[in-house]
Amino acid sequence: MTIQSETSTVETATGKAKTMVLNMGPQHPSTHGVLRILLELDGENVVKAIPDMGYLHTGIEKSCEDKTYSQAITLTDRIDYLNPLGNNLAYCMAVEKLLGIEVPKRAQYIRVLMVELQRISSHLVWLGTHAIDLGAMSVFLYCFREREEILKIFEFVTGQRMMTSYIRIGGLALEPATGYLQRVEKFVKMMPGRIDEYEELLTGNRIWIGRTKGVGYISAEDAIALSMTGPTLRAAGVAYDNRKAFPYSSYEEFDFDVPTRTDSDCFGRYMVRVAEMRESLKIIRQAMKKIPPEGPVRTEAPGIVPPDREKMKTEMEALIYHFKIFTEGFSPPPGEAFAAVESPRGELGVFVASDGSPKPLRVHFRAPSFINLQALPKLIEGKLIADVIACIGTIDIVLGEVDR
Amino acid sequence: MAENSSQNTNVVVERLRAWSPTAVSEVIEFRGETTVVVPRNVLRDVAERCRGDKELQFNLLSDSTCVDRYPLEPRFEVNYHLVSIPRRDRLRLQVRLSSSDPVVDSLVPVWPGANWLEREIFDLFGIRFSGHPDLRRILMPDDWEGYPLRKDFPVEGYRDIPSIATRYTRNRT
Repeated sequence: MTIQSETSTVETATGKAKTMVLNMGPQHPSTHGVLRILLELDGENVVKAIPDMGYLHTGIEKSCEDKTYSQAITLTDRIDYLNPLGNNLAYCMAVEKLLGIEVPKRAQYIRVLMVELQRISSHLVWLGTHAIDLGAMSVFLYCFREREEILKIFEFVTGQRMMTSYIRIGGLALEPATGYLQRVEKFVKMMPGRIDEYEELLTGNRIWIGRTKGVGYISAEDAIALSMTGPTLRAAGVAYDNRKAFPYSSYEEFDFDVPTRTDSDCFGRYMVRVAEMRESLKIIRQAMKKIPPEGPVRTEAPGIVPPDREKMKTEMEALIYHFKIFTEGFSPPPGEAFAAVESPRGELGVFVASDGSPKPLRVHFRAPSFINLQALPKLIEGKLIADVIACIGTIDIVLGEVDR
Repeated sequence: MAENSSQNTNVVVERLRAWSPTAVSEVIEFRGETTVVVPRNVLRDVAERCRGDKELQFNLLSDSTCVDRYPLEPRFEVNYHLVSIPRRDRLRLQVRLSSSDPVVDSLVPVWPGANWLEREIFDLFGIRFSGHPDLRRILMPDDWEGYPLRKDFPVEGYRDIPSIATRYTRNRT
């Protein structure tokens, strides 16, 4: 891909000057993966920016069409690798909608608990890497210290640190290990002090303010027109959050705020994400109280949800269903369903179309980082090249999700 | 909640029908979601109406995607998922396109955010959006042949590299 007119002439203060085309990425540490941006520069000012991606395109949507509905869950983990539980949830919600099955309350609360932990861990990775891009080295180490604690909880509950595949169609993969709530409680007690630590390092830091305040401004109208969602939209003053606007998985029973700002620059987005971490802690505390100690984590749906191990040993039907689910899968009625969750990056939607066969006709992921990235040229054109780094970081892209 | 949303969407369909009797060719209700099937030639007008109408206010284009129903005809279904942030409502607009003429009006003039979504559909399904400002491939390489998400494109792709077994035996002989 090339910029059509390789270089052009622009009017500057000193007269006419020639622009230069600079290729940034795909191998660049601050592009958070393999994003390539063609920058047309006039000195240090960006005249035009063309993002180019697809370097990580693995055809996940096509692969989903060749797998049964339950098999495709493992692929969803790998889209946004900082938010695997959120992806599982969105996909399972779409398939559950297609099937018309309800999930037990206990499973819904555990889903909320896990997804909010995931949101904190994703924001921690964002904060650490964003700070490193802008020259604040130490925040990264602090953030990853806490993220490690979350990953340990995931390993304890789901058996995996990252590619969890824990949320399944009709409920959860397994009953959480005994004592998981104590671990979460320990984390929830420790975390508010740690968030204060990050804020001490950054919020009043003059270099941080200098690099982020007033950088990457976008108005609320432009943000909506460009389909932006998530913290980037909320920092522009639009309180659009799927958890409030279209509650799913019993979010309507939780009491939390949707943090918004009106400055809509990199600093505002930073403040929104930090506030979101505190709100997530609030939700986790409520979820811990709400989760009943006993109860099913999977719904009763013969032929769709695998039966209990114990039942399989005594009941003929359970054994047959188990065999059928894992050999040919199940066939939802023909139709289409769209389910959206609030991922750490914005609205993560999954569109599933069925033709009545055991394999999906089409699975589409509405990837928030892909759509938010669309606004990047708007954020950086006319600004300095150093601000490009800040703007890429502030959108919080995950290239696995951009390219799918 | 499901009942409430279907009431809302009925309002939407009524509103569109009242504006133009030819704007809606079919309404599908499934699992609490409303799909409004729109004839191809009025898509942009309907979209404009959905965004601008005081009682509809679908200001956010959440998503756009395509379904390939090969070998059925019309083969392609292009879906637009609209969200109204002030009214907290969702709607799906659908256009059906035949394989012989997969061209539809671009919605970039209505929602600029449609730009990359339509480029992705063009890239993976080969649907042309007339009036799109920059219709290029976005995920696949520029020189890629074919449209990978079409049903007649094999999952493993077209390989010109012989399998490891054949290479091994060829070297041996």
